[in-house]
Amino acid sequence: MKERLVQLEVFRYNPDTDRQPSYQRYEVSCLEEWVVLDALNKVKETLDPTLNYRWSCHMAVCGSCGMMINGEPRLACHTFLRDYPGVIRIEPLVHFPVERDLITAPDDFMAKLKRVKPYIIRKQKQPLEAGEYKQTPRELLRYRQYAMCINCTLCYAACPEYGLTKHFIGPAAIALAHRYNQDSRDQGRDERQEVIATKEGVWECTFVGACSEVCPVHVDPASALQQVKIASSFDWIKEHLLPGGGK
Amino acid sequence: METIETDVAVIGAGGAGLRTAIALAESAPYLRVALISKVYPMRSHTCAAEGGAAGVVKPDDSYDTHFDDTVAGGDWLSDQDCVEYFVREAPRELLQLEHWGCPWNREPDGSIAVRPFGGMKKQRTWFAADKSGFHILHTLFQTSLQFESITRFDEYFALDLLVDDGRCQGLVAMDIRNGQLRQFNAKAVIICGGGAGRMFPFTTNGAIKTGDGMAMAYRAGAPLKDMEFVQYHPTGLPNTGSLLTEACRGEGGVLVNKHGRRYLQDYGMGPETPIGKPQFKTMELGPRDRLSQAYWHEQKKGNTVTTPWGECVLLDMRHLGEKKINERLPLVRELTATYLGIDIVKEPVPIRPVVHYMMGGISTDTRAATPLPGLFAAGECACVSLNGANRLGSNSLVELLVFGRRAALSAIEHIEKQPPANTAALAARAQETEQRIKDLFARSSGGETVAALRREMMTTMETHAGIYREEAGLQIAAAKLQELRERYQRVVLTDRSSVYNTDFYQTLELGSLLDCAQAVTVGALARRESRGAHQRLDYPERDDKNFLRHTLVHHQGAAAPRVDYLDVVITKSPPGIRDYSGGHK
Repeated sequence: MKERLVQLEVFRYNPDTDRQPSYQRYEVSCLEEWVVLDALNKVKETLDPTLNYRWSCHMAVCGSCGMMINGEPRLACHTFLRDYPGVIRIEPLVHFPVERDLITAPDDFMAKLKRVKPYIIRKQKQPLEAGEYKQTPRELLRYRQYAMCINCTLCYAACPEYGLTKHFIGPAAIALAHRYNQDSRDQGRDERQEVIATKEGVWECTFVGACSEVCPVHVDPASALQQVKIASSFDWIKEHLLPGGGK
Repeated sequence: METIETDVAVIGAGGAGLRTAIALAESAPYLRVALISKVYPMRSHTCAAEGGAAGVVKPDDSYDTHFDDTVAGGDWLSDQDCVEYFVREAPRELLQLEHWGCPWNREPDGSIAVRPFGGMKKQRTWFAADKSGFHILHTLFQTSLQFESITRFDEYFALDLLVDDGRCQGLVAMDIRNGQLRQFNAKAVIICGGGAGRMFPFTTNGAIKTGDGMAMAYRAGAPLKDMEFVQYHPTGLPNTGSLLTEACRGEGGVLVNKHGRRYLQDYGMGPETPIGKPQFKTMELGPRDRLSQAYWHEQKKGNTVTTPWGECVLLDMRHLGEKKINERLPLVRELTATYLGIDIVKEPVPIRPVVHYMMGGISTDTRAATPLPGLFAAGECACVSLNGANRLGSNSLVELLVFGRRAALSAIEHIEKQPPANTAALAARAQETEQRIKDLFARSSGGETVAALRREMMTTMETHAGIYREEAGLQIAAAKLQELRERYQRVVLTDRSSVYNTDFYQTLELGSLLDCAQAVTVGALARRESRGAHQRLDYPERDDKNFLRHTLVHHQGAAAPRVDYLDVVITKSPPGIRDYSGGHK
């Protein structure tokens, strides 16, 4: 297998000791088939144990290793060295506060996820003894794509609106709200619309579509936001223009 | 050190920890639950489970059949009262997940769809494409967000349990973000800390699977049970070790050697079944231990394919067709294309066995209680003796639900009869932990590094404690692990800062792994028989006379551990022959 000397330029910041972030250059011999995470692991193991980043699954499902790679939000375990012939610049995800080196604090996303009530809401719960809620394969397909979100937050780093206005609920959380709105078992849409069909919600989005471009698992949050906009426009028309509020 | 008063502390927020926390919140909303994890819940390794979760649901299936499959699959080392409880609770738990929104695959009429799985006689594996664990984890995590009694402590690293008056009454953890220690006083502690596959170099396990929960309980006096039983999954990607789910075979994929022969028929799992028509409990639907062992023999015979990533056999799924593959195995197609550059629609995939799951763990009973009062455990970190000597695929996702909930109910019962804590004694215990951490940070000489010790541990485990084992190699491994544990006391940190110091956390994780690895080797050395996933070249037969019992390994401080045994609970299925010949014998 082909080996190559890979040069990494890595963002370094330790709040204990540094007033300013800096960039550190590492050179490591890597196999051409490796991903950027493998290169970082080799740096950590052989050159510099003080380098810090999150990772776990190495198969793009745990969502831990999001970082900026040559300026793009990406999962380090899903980004191949072979696609980066020159120096690879690695920085923490933008739009989130940096804790240390490549590690950012996702608190804002975690809080927003909770606000959109991403769980089944029922007016009347069916007892377990009554069996499963029937759901046809077609009904499953209406929301399954949006249930694939791994919460890696790359879409927040890609979103120019979120960069400007931190109160924007943002792509992943809205896509997950939409996932439950689209689920035939759920009856909680009204509660969620109060959060997402607002100025902080979908109406903040200018439909740049960057969120969908960077999503490593093809959730396409932009389409979720568009669908929420269209549906909430219908709600408005029903409420304001139809006799009796459309009821 | 700040003290946090809670009622129940749950360590680990993967599938088991979240199920436990929700059960606590639903059954006893008046109890304060502290859910403590070294990672954010959705990063937990439950997310990587692919194939599905077993529970009797179809009219032609029965609890007895699920029981029989599990007990035979485990080579009669399962506790049968535990299996009985499990098979009856399983469908209810899977249904509960359905009510919470899990996107299970469906039949055309909207009812739950199930698929065949290795070692199972009926179709009973519920699945959400090939991302079942991912969906279970996220469904539980998202559901948990609605309960006010659950307070999460994300990215808190649990260090030590607090034991006083013979009871577990809390723990000390460190806030990874700032290095601050926190003392949690709790009336019960439930460990859901996952497995320890990272003691091996080639594993499906994520970086976080370092046995911290197991080691913490072990150090506090709860024994580890049946640690020598380490499951190799037969189909791992040869370069990254990523898992290709058993559903590849459940859906009809076949295994062939370099001559194109479906070699499983040469290892008591034949005769050959028609391509694309898998039959229950035979050929590619044999159990994982048998399949991984067959690979080992094929390699010895020179029947494997040489690849840049080592010796492999081939998993052929081409005959399934693109439509079925996209509908049922989309992740497998993507993983293989991404990491190996192979499209499973067009080419067979080279694969080899990879360390996947620890059957052993913290010794628990059917109530999910450990021998240490106040301490409970569930999920992969526990050994409740459901899986015996070999776990059947799709039993573990259900295990973490069934026993996650059971642990919560047992903890609630336990709490009701507890006398008040001696808070001064607990604080004194916490001080000991603080001192241990201070000493590690202060150590400036010793000359050992985490990276070097970890490499030696992994090489030792791979060389001497793999699919086949023997006396001489295990002796070397056990001695080596004791040596590594001694040298570990001389590890010097490179990084002494307080904020997100992964050098420090990797040092703690290595300590956990060394304790767990030593338990694996001493258990394997003492078990002079072959059973399930524990195969001895020098003792090739199962020996029910001497070893129809569980291994218990007790921590003895710096000295090598002590081994003793516990009887297996047999209720209705006397030890018999594991027959995977498809009824042809």
